Amino acid sequence: MANRLVSVRVWRGDRTGGAFQEYRVLAEEGMVVLDVIHDIQRTRANDLAVRWNCKAGKCGSCSAEINGKPRLMCMTRMNLFKSDELITVAPMKTFPIIRDLVTDVSFNYEKAKAIPAFKPKPKEPDGTRRMYQEDIDRGQEFHKCIECFLCQNVCHVIRDHEDNKKYFAGPRFFVRLAALEMHPLDNNDRRALMKEKAGLGFCNITKCCTEVCPEQIHITDNAITPLKERLVDAYYDPLARLFKRVRLFLS
Amino acid sequence: MASPEKYESHEYDVLVIGAGGAGLRAAIEASAQGVKTALVCKSLLGKAHTVMAEGGIAAALGNVYPEDNWKVHFRDTMRGGKLLNNWRMAQIHAQEAPDRVRELEDWGALFDRTKDGLILQRDFGGHRYARLAHVGDRTGLEMIRTLQQHAVHKGIDVYMECSIERLLKDGEKICGAFGYWRESGKFVLFKCKAVVLATGGGGRAWKITSNSWEYNGNGITLALDAGGDLSDIEMVQFHPTGMVWPPSVRGILVTEGVRGDGGTLKNSPGERFMFNYIPEFFKAETAETEQEADAWYEDKKNRRTPDLLPRDEVARAINAEVKAGRGTPHGGVYLDIASRRPAEYIKRRLPSMYHQFKELADVDITREPMEVGPTCHYFMGGVRVVADTTATTIPGLFAAGEVAAGLHGANRLGGNSLSDLVVFGRRAGLYAAEYAKAFRGAVTVDVGQLEFIERQLLAPFTTHSGENPFAIHADLQECMHNLVGIIRTEAELKEALDKIAKFKQRLQKVHVGGNRQYNPGWHMALDLYSMLTVSEAVTLAAIERKESRGGHTRDDYPKTDPKFGKVNIVVRKQHGQLSVAQEALPDIPEDLKKIIEDQQ
Repeated sequence: MANRLVSVRVWRGDRTGGAFQEYRVLAEEGMVVLDVIHDIQRTRANDLAVRWNCKAGKCGSCSAEINGKPRLMCMTRMNLFKSDELITVAPMKTFPIIRDLVTDVSFNYEKAKAIPAFKPKPKEPDGTRRMYQEDIDRGQEFHKCIECFLCQNVCHVIRDHEDNKKYFAGPRFFVRLAALEMHPLDNNDRRALMKEKAGLGFCNITKCCTEVCPEQIHITDNAITPLKERLVDAYYDPLARLFKRVRLFLS
Repeated sequence: MASPEKYESHEYDVLVIGAGGAGLRAAIEASAQGVKTALVCKSLLGKAHTVMAEGGIAAALGNVYPEDNWKVHFRDTMRGGKLLNNWRMAQIHAQEAPDRVRELEDWGALFDRTKDGLILQRDFGGHRYARLAHVGDRTGLEMIRTLQQHAVHKGIDVYMECSIERLLKDGEKICGAFGYWRESGKFVLFKCKAVVLATGGGGRAWKITSNSWEYNGNGITLALDAGGDLSDIEMVQFHPTGMVWPPSVRGILVTEGVRGDGGTLKNSPGERFMFNYIPEFFKAETAETEQEADAWYEDKKNRRTPDLLPRDEVARAINAEVKAGRGTPHGGVYLDIASRRPAEYIKRRLPSMYHQFKELADVDITREPMEVGPTCHYFMGGVRVVADTTATTIPGLFAAGEVAAGLHGANRLGGNSLSDLVVFGRRAGLYAAEYAKAFRGAVTVDVGQLEFIERQLLAPFTTHSGENPFAIHADLQECMHNLVGIIRTEAELKEALDKIAKFKQRLQKVHVGGNRQYNPGWHMALDLYSMLTVSEAVTLAAIERKESRGGHTRDDYPKTDPKFGKVNIVVRKQHGQLSVAQEALPDIPEDLKKIIEDQQ
């Protein structure tokens, strides 16, 4: 890709309001959207607010909506866009604006606190902890999460219904719950939380979260659906209910 | 007279600054000791530099090679550091690392497994045995998330996106810290008995770097300004393999795990040039021919490939090849794993490298070689600490992780950073808590000084026009890259000092627009103060060390000088000026000396 001038619209503003501002920028070979934002910041708008850290898709700081699609700015190459395409960069919609491209993501940190911690089983008699690779492959998939919160941002349960935030943990934390529930050493019970506080039932598996995950975690198929099945087994299994009654009767 | 209510204020026993591996581990430990603990970080929680660590955490678990033990790890660390290490830190580190790794597992980390279900370990440069516990090539993410979740469940107070700009003292001892919320720009005061610095290094002052914006030498400057000593700050590690193309990703890290898992370095004629760069010091343990090196990949009882020499050796070799005209079109060398390993293996072992090259450089590493070159990566030097307690020279101030000096000597081995974080992070939290418990009397902060600091910090807003902070930063990066890089000379170092002095004058005239709310221009203006301080300290120490050793190579003093092997270069601030001194290294006990000299 040769160097070329592009037009970029960046949302500028704060809690009280704002608007898109257009910049003409030279996009050089290999550049990503974050480079363009940094270029604007260096040369024309020193106070353009943006979060970033690793610039290599590993930390999940630079989430935004680029031409309407939730993406990491550091992993979105400029050559993805047609030469005359207007590029729009907006902050994530689901979270309150702080300034420009920076949003208040504290919702996620609050939800994280509510999840019961990892509680390991006792060690093996020889003092080790043995787990086999095939038993942790799924857990490792979930641990790839970089907490970019793009899945939270795109999830319509909270994107379009602010009120639901109180009752809904969101895809990121379903992945976290699934990682804990499927951890071979974990001993904790989180079923009540999943049912009552995390709002697993709100999810109607439209897979929007899976589509935007930059780590390609199969959020819906591998995390949410198995969790839903677990809840069904725990609370709505008619055989189990009968069994419980019989036990109660006998005791 | 300012009223104490003017600033938002919090009171703690222990304040930990920085929430990477070291800071999180320190906070967990301090809190476990029963003292009131807070953790302050500049980014969101979980985004610190630790998240970018790739290859693994070094610990002599002996899961892959039962022959491995702390003594071999100690020996490798000391030899890798060209014996400039603090021996006691290297000993503690090697002895405690296995417990710290197992502890991460107790807290939920999922490391890759051996066939027997134990933690798998991989080969890395300078480690005699496969020693790095890992999770593919995203070990740092696993570590930070495990520590983060553990800390959250311990109820530690976390102050995110909060920058500490000054440490406060009551007489000689620490009494607090003063900073601002990035979101609002409002100032905040922390009164505390002890502070743990866990703030990382300062690689952001160099142009080609693997470091993020947070790595501006902030913690090193806090310690220096408070009267602390720096040690061996000239020892800056250039990681041999950073990306070189396209320009926008130049410097982004390519894990040493690529070479540990079978990747080899080649120049443009296709020669495996590392065989031409085996130093005398490592001859006995390094393969001399390609056949011998290839045999090592199959059976680790053979001598190791020189591709896995310590990082300083490999970075210099790549630098020399490129200078000799044998580089790639974009000024690096080739790193080839595709011709040794099948695509499936590469994708499983190095998923994020595969992804990174595919997405950012249009290179498929399972089919083509990567182009790589040195990138400024790590500070071996930093704040001088007591080995056992991590205490600095200032009562109440502790330091752990990259910000502290000593463990790595003149060159750090890959994988020893993550283990450093948890070993010394834990110790910092423990001894800071002990200090706080033994503390008698009240914590008193002179509020009058805060107004003075406030005026200093707000100065960039008071000018009507002036220097662009980002322009000063770009010029500083250019200067450090060209004049204080991998190969140094006295003339160039002195030229750098002159330039740094001019940058400082320009910083006086810096101007930022907008308001205090989440304003990167203002943040950069404040960060420049730290970056310039650290750049000056590195340059002064580099002039003082008139020899070549580890991360410090002097073209005008190309040999290692035994005289300099006995001293640390110490930098401190006196009457507003940095001064340099040579101070004797502690003597290594005879039994440990024997371990280091052992060639078997």
